[in-house]
Parts: sequence; structure tokens; C-alpha cells
Amino acid sequence: MRVHGIAFRLASLTLLTATLILAAIVGYNYTVSRSMIVNLAEERGTLLAESTASQISGTFKAVQKVIDAISFSLENGNLTEKRVNELGQRILHNNPEIYGSAIAFEAYGFQQDRKYYAPYYHRTDGGKFDFTKLGSEDYQYFYMDWYQLPTELKHPVWTEPHYEKGAEYELMTTYSVPFYQSQDEHKILKGVVSADISLRWVQKLINGLSSRDDGYVFMLSRYGTFIAHPDESLVMNETIFTNAESLKLPQLRDLGRRMVTGESGVVELKGLPNTGDSFIYFSSLPEQHWSVGVVFSKKKMLADVSSLNSKVAIFGCIGFLALALLITGLAHRITHPLRKLTASANIMASGNLDAELPDAVSQDEVGELTHSFQVMRDSINNYIANLTETTAAKERIESELRIAHDIQMGILPKLFPAFPERMEFDIYASIEPAKEVGGDLYDFFFVDENNFCFLVGDVSGKGVPAAFFMAVTKTLLKVVAERRLDPGEVLTKVNSDLAEDNESCMFVTLFLAMMDINTGKVQYASAGHNPPLMLCKGKDAEWIPPQNELVAGIMDDTVYTTRSLTMQPGDTMFIYTDGVTEAMNKAQELYSEERLVEIMNQCRGKSAEQMVLTIDTALKTFTGGAEQSDDITMLAMQYLGKKS
Amino acid sequence: MMKQQVPSNKHYRSKLFTVLHLLLILLFTGSAAAADTKPVRLALQWYPQTQFAGYYMAQAKGIYAKHGIDVEILHGDADSDSLERVTSGKAEFGTAFLSSAMESWARGAKLVNVAQIVQRSALMIVARKDSGIKTIKDLDGARIGTWGSQFQLQAQSLFLRENMHVTFVRQSPSFELFMRGGLDATLAMWYNEYHRLLSYGLNPDEMKTFMFSDLNLNQPEDGIYCLQSTLDKSPDTVKAMVQATVEGWEYAFAHPEETVDTLLAIMKEQKVRANRAHQTWMLARMRDIILGDSPHMNTKLSVVDFDSLKIEMMRASVIMVNIPYDDFYKELNQ
Repeated sequence: MRVHGIAFRLASLTLLTATLILAAIVGYNYTVSRSMIVNLAEERGTLLAESTASQISGTFKAVQKVIDAISFSLENGNLTEKRVNELGQRILHNNPEIYGSAIAFEAYGFQQDRKYYAPYYHRTDGGKFDFTKLGSEDYQYFYMDWYQLPTELKHPVWTEPHYEKGAEYELMTTYSVPFYQSQDEHKILKGVVSADISLRWVQKLINGLSSRDDGYVFMLSRYGTFIAHPDESLVMNETIFTNAESLKLPQLRDLGRRMVTGESGVVELKGLPNTGDSFIYFSSLPEQHWSVGVVFSKKKMLADVSSLNSKVAIFGCIGFLALALLITGLAHRITHPLRKLTASANIMASGNLDAELPDAVSQDEVGELTHSFQVMRDSINNYIANLTETTAAKERIESELRIAHDIQMGILPKLFPAFPERMEFDIYASIEPAKEVGGDLYDFFFVDENNFCFLVGDVSGKGVPAAFFMAVTKTLLKVVAERRLDPGEVLTKVNSDLAEDNESCMFVTLFLAMMDINTGKVQYASAGHNPPLMLCKGKDAEWIPPQNELVAGIMDDTVYTTRSLTMQPGDTMFIYTDGVTEAMNKAQELYSEERLVEIMNQCRGKSAEQMVLTIDTALKTFTGGAEQSDDITMLAMQYLGKKS
Repeated sequence: MMKQQVPSNKHYRSKLFTVLHLLLILLFTGSAAAADTKPVRLALQWYPQTQFAGYYMAQAKGIYAKHGIDVEILHGDADSDSLERVTSGKAEFGTAFLSSAMESWARGAKLVNVAQIVQRSALMIVARKDSGIKTIKDLDGARIGTWGSQFQLQAQSLFLRENMHVTFVRQSPSFELFMRGGLDATLAMWYNEYHRLLSYGLNPDEMKTFMFSDLNLNQPEDGIYCLQSTLDKSPDTVKAMVQATVEGWEYAFAHPEETVDTLLAIMKEQKVRANRAHQTWMLARMRDIILGDSPHMNTKLSVVDFDSLKIEMMRASVIMVNIPYDDFYKELNQ
């Protein structure tokens, strides 16, 4: 098989196209499904971050309302120790989410002699309430965030989460509200009411969301401290900023700054621990300035897409292989008969037309081609057979024509000098048929002792019919001329005989002359023949005036007149057929009568034979090898005078 | 309630300490050395952190044992006073700020400084740039956060010198009051609180800082103290303590990652909140204030620094008696 055969090209082009289509499908599939997954994850992550944030802040809001109400009631009433204790107990009683609550007063603010007054109610393991009085030189609550922040800032605050020693180091946050009393139209700070809320449920809630292995949720405090994170070692030990510093991830610090300023949104971070490249969706708890982050591992998130894509790719490859096999097989099947045909054609081209062609089994183009080849081969075979036959026939005809030519030439006097014993004249003639046999004729013979007849004729048409007509004409002329009639009578008689039963309507032009060789007197008649030339001694060649009488063989009652002239010794009469003046060169120019006259003038003093040969040579030079279109016949009769 | 923002459980501590101590001895000193060594106790002034990396590494790497002393480190906390432990005989050695030690000395404690470890003050004033404070002068009338009177002396001296009035507001160590805008500026230790502000998400370029050491108010900080009697009775032990501690610091500076790992493990054992970034930062800053630009540690107490601090303390009536330099600082012949 040739390397770049049709099968190879067909298969490789098809497979290349298939590969491109496959790659486009896989690429498109990956891009689209990836963006679908990313969009879905963004929706899910944002929703999760927002819902978690709002769930937590909802609970915090409930606590906020309770403590705000207590602070309000502390501002509007007579504060006794009993009432303060009742309020403290009531807070715990009505609000299970509150772990403990303190109502703390400014130094000497409750009673003149007490620097610290801060009853604190909190829950115990048994579900009962316990009571302690906060405040001592070791525990100056005035400088604790839960007290100092609301009093200094003059508004309620949520403190940073902290581990509560009294509650087995549980993580707590505190909501503290300052309360005032009006004195002389001035608001005097009296103290702070606060509630401790355990963050265990928040951590549980968030860690519950983090159980999936493709991501997790974390929570940051106001300053980026981890409140909840699947990595317990981060919780309360690290802020997102120190974490970013340890991990050398400045983008994580940027994210932290966005989160603690209360923004929400999504970022993509590279190289996070455990999840690697990840999307982080974040949302805030506006009251606390805390924030919730949802981390989705990009790799895990896109695992389904990757797996789908690799499956598509595998199916694609299988399909590709199947297609490759199919195409190769198909291409081979299509080109196999072509190759067989090519082999057969090569054998045929080398000459063996009998080479076996493959069977045209299939109904397709290849089948048709094979069939055409078969037909072509049969046609060539037939043609060759015909050609062989025709060639044989032609050869036979040509051989017969050659014989006919010989015969035709044989009936014309060919021996020169024709009458060597006669000194009175010199005659020379030549004939050159355009085909094997022609319609031109010439003849000369003695009618009696002194009268010498010579003639030239031209039968219409060429070839075999003309040759026959010529033979008939020549025979008739000879027979009639020997009856010693004058030329006009001879032609009249011959015409009458030829015209009779001339079904084929052939005709002949004739010029016939009879010379008395003793006197040089010439009698002549012409049946539509070209006027001969007369070259008299000391003169230019002259035309013998035409008689304008009809060609012979058409009308049986035509009468031809006899004319006469006398030739002086040395004069030459030149009779020819139109094959001379109408000979053509390659530029389709005729030799013309002018050229003939010119060459005749140059022949002065030459013998009859020299004259004919000179003209013949001039003719040949003129035609330059162009194909001869008509028979060329020339006859020169030179009168030499009576020798005594 | 809310008493300790830094968790520290005394009940667990002694037990855990024993376990850790035994473990460290087994690991680093070997039994043969232990037999010949002299047991001494070193009281640190605060919770374990890389502020004390030199002592912990000298112990962890067997440097104390190599110098023939078997050191038991007494971790500090908010409730205990390292110098009180020395004077009461609970410890042979203690670390303390120079100003604290001078206060004790003035009150009659027979303490001597045998090595001044930290030569440069880490105390600084931090303001937020968006508050418009650009120079010290801008702090006139400001509310400045402090956390305990011990660190206020340099600040008082500064504003006295500059003839400015500021209000010092004691705040909790969380620095929340400063973060929430309740203060114009705050005092901070470079190795500790300043990094806390960074860890709260403030960027260095958002803060304006003034180092006291740059304001001609340098005050040496951590030094090693013992009783005069201890020095008199066992000068070799004192020398060994100082020499081994110096080597411990040199080891810590040469191996910062190992040092941070070791300290984080101790902090975890002690249930002290810790994070690597903070401890790494602290160790690097300790190097700055201990070594400065010098390649070697200098444990000599500067007379100039001592005298200027003494004058400030007397002016502020923190001390009422003159403290002779030679009575306070004892240079050891190595």
C-alpha cells in the first residue's frame, strides 16, 4: 500500500476532524459544567454563610432584648438589694440560653460604703442557680472588658469570646449594657447589666456543618479570632491574621480584613491547608461584628466535573478508536478494487489487453469505473480487430492501386526519346498523378507517314473513376485519330462516344494537335482545355488563343472546330494540365500562369526534355513539399524542321 | 466570671510541671549528670512564652545541667511575683524588670542584679494613623491605655519632659478599648501587645508608633536577680546560672523554629493561649532588644541607664532612697 493513498488520507482527515470535534466537546463540556458547579456552589456557600450568620445572630438578638429590658427597668425604679437579686434570678429563669448574669455597680454606686457590688447568678451542673458576689482588690471588675467597654463607650457591647474559668473553661461571650439614673437632669452612670452566653452551641452548629469532607465552616470574632473551626488548635489561639502569618498567605490576611469589617462576598484562595485551592464565602453578624466563612475545596467541588469529563474523554477515545477501525476498514474496502483495477490497468498499459479485470461487484462509482474499464478494454479489442481487418483491406487495395498505376502508366508512352530516328521534332512528356492513379492523360503517335498526333487531357475528378475514364478516352482518341480525321472531327467523334451512356456525368478537357512534320503546320482543337503556351524562336512565350469550346463527355452533339498554326523550326509548344498552374504552396498560393510564362521564357534554347524537367523543378521548388492536390501533366513539342 | 482572660489553672499546674520537668530532665540531662548537679529554682515573672526562651532552652537543651546546676523553672502568672518568690525563699533566682527590682530593693529586699539580659526597652506608644496623631506633641490631652502601673513610669517621664497632659486609662489586656476607639493611643510592648494589634488585623502602616528607647527614655527590662546571701554563699552557682542562661539565649536565637516549637509545647502543657506567629514574632523582637546590633550578649547593667531610671523613679516617688549602683549590680568575674 502506498503511504499516502486515498485510504490513508481519508482516514487521517476524518480522524483529525473527529479529534477536533471531540476536543471541542470535552472542552465545552468541562467549561460549562465547571461554571455551573461554581455558580451552584456560590449560591450554596453564600446561602450557608448567610443563614448560619443569621441563625446565630437571631439567638443573640433575643438575649440582647432581655438585657436591654432589664437595663431599662434598672433605670426606672428604686434599686434595693432584693430587687437586684430578683432581677438576676429572673434573667436566668426565663432565658435558658443565658449561662450567667451580673448586675454590677460603679464603685460605691450602690451603697456608700461598698466599693464593689456585683451580684452574679449563674447556672450549675445540676440545672440549679448559684450566686456569687463579684469584685475584690484582686478582681477589679471596673477594668474588665465586660464592664469597662460599655461604660467607656456608653453603649451596649458584645465582648470578645473568652474561656470562662467558673464554667469549666467553656467559651463564652458577654453582652453588657450600661444603665444610668437621672439626677438634676444629668444622666449618672450607675452600672452595667451583663449576660454570659455559652458559645458551645455555636461551635456545635458550625462544626456540624463542617462534617463534609469537601469543605468546612468557620467563625471569626470582631478581631478575627477563630471562635469555631474544624482545627481545634486554632480556636481562641489564633486570629485569621496570625494564621495568615504562619501560613505565609497574605491573601488570607486581606480576606480577614474584609470579614472583620462586616463585608460579605466570595474570594478564591490558593494553597489553604487541607482543602487546597478553595472558594471562601463569607457573611457577617452585624451586631457583634463577627463573621462566618464557608470554605469549599475547589478540587473536591470540581471532582464530579473532572470525573464526568474524564469519562467523556474515555468514551470519546473509545469512540475514536472504533471510528478509526471503521474508517480504515471502510477506506480499504473502497480502495481495494481500485488498487486491483490499477494493477490490471498497469498490465494493460504495458500492452497486455487480455489482463484480467476485477469483477464489478459493487453498485458504486468503483463498480461503474470497473465496468467502464471493461467496456473500454472490449472496445479497444474490437477496434484493434477492425483496424487489423481494415488495414489488410487497405493494403490489398493499395496493392491493386499500385498495379493499376503501373497499368495506367503502361498505356502512356514512356520511352524517351520516343522517335530517335526522327530529326524533325523532339517531344517529351511527364505525368505525376496526385494519387496512385489519376485522370490526366497524354499521348502521341504517327497517324500516317507525315502526320504526328499529340494530345493532353484532364478528366474531371481523380482516382480510380478518373483513371477508367482516362483509359477509355485515350483508347477512343487513338482509334478515332487514326481514321485521319482533323482534330476537330476527332474531338467531335470522341465527345459523342463519351457522352453516350455517361451516367456518372464525368467529363474530360482535351487538347489535340496534329503536325505535318514536313511543313511544321499544326492543326489543333481544344475541348475546354487550358490554352497551351507557344515559345517561338526569338520571342517571349505566348498563349495559343483559347477557343472556348465545351469540355468533352457532357453533350453528345458538341462540335469542335479545328484551327491551325505553323511552327517554325525551334518553336516549342507546351501543353499542360491545370495541375501545373494550380499547384499550391504551403501558404495556399497558386503557382499561376504568370509564373509559368516566366519560367518558359527562361527555357529558350532548351530541348523538350530539359524544358519539362526545368518546369518540374521550378514547380517542386515553389510547392516546397506541400501535398500535391491534382495530377500534373506536361508535354513539350519542339519542332526542329525538315532535315533533308 | 470573666476573671482570667488568659487561662491558667493552678491546680493542674504543679502536677503538669512535675511531669514536664521530669520528662525534660530524662530527655536532655541524662541520669549521670543529674546525680552531681545542684538543684536550684528560677522564678520567671510571667507565663511561659518566648520572652523567656533563653531560660527554657537552656533547660531543654541540657545547658544548665552541663554547667552543673539542676534548674527548676517556676512559671510566672498574674497572681505571683517572681521577686517575692526569691525573697521568701521559694526560689533561688528570679527574673524581673529593672524598675520592679529597684522598687523591691528600695523596700528593703536584699536583692542583687547578677545579669541584665534585656538592654533595650520594648515599651512603645501606639496610635492609629487615622486618629491624626503624627508626633508626640499630638498626644497632648489624649487618653492613653495602660495595663498596670508598672509600665507607666517611662510614659509619665515623657509627658513631664514634654510638658503635656495626658490621661492614662487602665484597660484589660485584650486591648479592646483601644481597638473600639475608646482610647486615642495605648502603651504596648513591642514583642507582645504590638503584635496583638497586628493579629487583630491592623496593618503596620495603619499605626503610628513611638519607641521609648528612641525617645531618650530607654529602660533595661528583664534581668536575673538573687539574694545577696546566695551570691555570697554559692558564687559558682550564680555564675553557672548566668553563663548557662546566656548560652540558652544564644541557642534560642540560632534555632528560632526549634525554640518556638519547644515553647509552644510548654505553653500547651500549661494551658496558655498560644500561637506560632505570635511566639515567632516575640522571639525575633527579644533578639532585637537583647542583642541590638551586637553579635554577642552583654549582661552588664549600664550605669547610665540605671542612674537615669533611678532619677525618674525618685522624682515620681516610686523609690524614696538612693540605690548605689555597686550595691545593686554585681558583676561576676567569669
